[in-house]
Amino acid sequence: MLDKTLNLTEVKPYGDTMNDGKVQLSFTLPVPIGPEAIEAAKQLLRTMGLDNPLVVYTVELTPGFTFFNCYGNLQHTVNYLSIQVPKVDAVVMDMAEADAYIKEHIGRKLVMVGASTGTDAHTVGIDAIMNMKGYAGHFGLERYGMIEAYNLGSQVANEELIAKAIELRADAILISQTVTQKDVHIENLTRFIEMAEAEGIRDRMVLVCGGPRISHELAKELGFDAGFGVNTYATDVSSYVAQEIVRRSTK
Amino acid sequence: MKESKLGLDFVKVEKARNKAKGIADQVQDFVEDYTTVAVERTLCRLMGIDGTDRDGVPLPNVVVDHLKEKGILGDGVLHFLGNALYNTGKSPVQVAQEMAAGKSDFIFKETAPAAKMQEVLQPFVDTSVARIREKRQVRESRLERLGESPKPYVYVIVATGNIYEDAVQATAAARQGADVIAVIRTTGQSLLDYVPYGATTEGFGGTYATQENFRIMRQALDKAGDDVGRYIRLCNYCSGLCMPEIAVMGAFEGLDMMLNDALYGILFRDINMQRTLVDQYFSRMINGFAGVIINTGEDNYLTTADAVEEAHTVLASDFINEQLAKIAGLPEEQMGLGHAFEIDPELENSFLYELAQAQMIREIFPKAPLKYMPPTKFMTGNIFKGHIQDALFNLAGIWTGQGIQLLGMPTEAIHTPFMSDRFLAIENARYIFSAFKDIGQEVSFAKDGFIRNRATEVLGNAYTLLEKVEKEGLFTALEKGYFANVRRPRTGGKGLEGVTRKSPVYRNPYIELFKGNR
Repeated sequence: MLDKTLNLTEVKPYGDTMNDGKVQLSFTLPVPIGPEAIEAAKQLLRTMGLDNPLVVYTVELTPGFTFFNCYGNLQHTVNYLSIQVPKVDAVVMDMAEADAYIKEHIGRKLVMVGASTGTDAHTVGIDAIMNMKGYAGHFGLERYGMIEAYNLGSQVANEELIAKAIELRADAILISQTVTQKDVHIENLTRFIEMAEAEGIRDRMVLVCGGPRISHELAKELGFDAGFGVNTYATDVSSYVAQEIVRRSTK
Repeated sequence: MKESKLGLDFVKVEKARNKAKGIADQVQDFVEDYTTVAVERTLCRLMGIDGTDRDGVPLPNVVVDHLKEKGILGDGVLHFLGNALYNTGKSPVQVAQEMAAGKSDFIFKETAPAAKMQEVLQPFVDTSVARIREKRQVRESRLERLGESPKPYVYVIVATGNIYEDAVQATAAARQGADVIAVIRTTGQSLLDYVPYGATTEGFGGTYATQENFRIMRQALDKAGDDVGRYIRLCNYCSGLCMPEIAVMGAFEGLDMMLNDALYGILFRDINMQRTLVDQYFSRMINGFAGVIINTGEDNYLTTADAVEEAHTVLASDFINEQLAKIAGLPEEQMGLGHAFEIDPELENSFLYELAQAQMIREIFPKAPLKYMPPTKFMTGNIFKGHIQDALFNLAGIWTGQGIQLLGMPTEAIHTPFMSDRFLAIENARYIFSAFKDIGQEVSFAKDGFIRNRATEVLGNAYTLLEKVEKEGLFTALEKGYFANVRRPRTGGKGLEGVTRKSPVYRNPYIELFKGNR
């Protein structure tokens, strides 16, 4: 019988009953459609730790490639209580609060220079954070009274970004990375940090990166001060940078 | 003209078109006096110069860079080659190879008479023209034999980085119902001032556009087309710093569609406006002659600017692009003017706005195979909702009779499409296109209703903007950020150093041969 009590040290996926372990997944196998394909999918599901593997839909995408929609009950559990995730250390303030905070604690405008760097042609990330209009109801940094924001756009070389930041005496550099195929973003971000160190700005400016595949943990690992992933906005970035600068000045 | 479903004021439409013509004419006054390294490399390719030197530098670059160093680029490469051929009796490719090997710089004391130059160049000109014409005829006969899907064409992308893997994905997509396959270019190619050579298997977020890659994909799609009994179109990108060069490579290899928009390059790739408008003129001439449908990139305006507030900039830019294409002799049937379904889905009546804008563009450019772009800006990791957003986009497409429907993928915000994503997207489009096939003929829009009013408003705003741009000039408008809220300086951006004023001896016989011809 299924134990229907929630135990946070042994958490399982939830379908419609506590601890039923229901998981839904879809994938393609490079094999032709047929009973063997279904059996292959089921065996994979079992290997993943799914009991009662159920293949609910198959279609041959093109000869030799079969797509599956599947369900199963996951055997594995996770100890939720033992989890620790590094988070950006800042209280999130809205635009008015952030402007007031900067005015009170720093007393001058903060200069922030941002770009999508390397070969990355996507501006969507940096625009969402910096452009006046912002994204999803969060105004961008350009709209902040106490922030002087410079959006250099896309395909900006690391050296160009650093030179501009030095020229503008930036308080913070914001880097956006959207293309992550073959980990091109990791390589690019690593090179940026090396250059920032060589130019001696590593500790003078707050270095921040962001993008759909960026986590705070990854950013720290690469040598940035903070990283912003999905569902973060200008409010998150501005709050962090302002509080970090205050923190540094009081150290 | 058919009666407008929107009650559009066609007198105003014609006035707007005239303003756009004024804008395009001003641009053309500038363009005619200049050439670029890309235009000259294109002429090299038309002369049959292909391949690379020992270090992998493409031979057209070897020749053109040489002229640039000598300060004679303004004379044009055909003046140089005409002279070299006349004095040595060699072929253009031999001249290029010997230049690459450092054997000679082919500079002669005496310049051949113009008539003699024309005489020695003519066989090579004829060969190139025949080669492009033949590819066009092959397309036409295949289309006649195999037929094609009704519009909107189902357009999907492949983007594995490896041309051979792309061919597998493209073949699968064709079998699933795709009509157009676009091979996304590797990120950064638009900023290369040369076209890589040969088949490539490495790329980031896409595959290099090379002539050999074009050939490989064309072959794969012809085979797929034979199998499914339908002509499959191949699309690539002649944008960035090598616009006309890629146009001619596409023309040689039988491509059917090309992204081809200087405004896009200026605004979103920071390419210098003078450079790319000169490049665009020749590239559109080639595309026109080759029977290639161009796609313009207005959809992108709405990814940086708001799709409700800035809808009129898309229309205004479509008007300008129509006139710039016309000047290059490109027929309306080959103008895949761009627009997009990018309104925030949280906005009330968002679909009505979309419908109004799509129908408006349809009625204003009745012959153009409009390129309709899917939601991207408001696509999230919620693939389930994303699939519905794409369904609404498909509905707007079939309802308003768009020409080319670039299918949205449920995983748009996550990764380049999996084979299964493409399958789901095509299934979505086919279902909606069939379920709503004749809705456009059945439904009319209420007089003084939301949809008609919206269309009238956007047209009015577009006209006002065109009036302003005509007064100030396109270059100034771009400097002031009238499009996409992006500002670009006239002398900024990439590629300006490749622009040169034509000297009195400059020659380009292809302008006469290509423009408005077939």
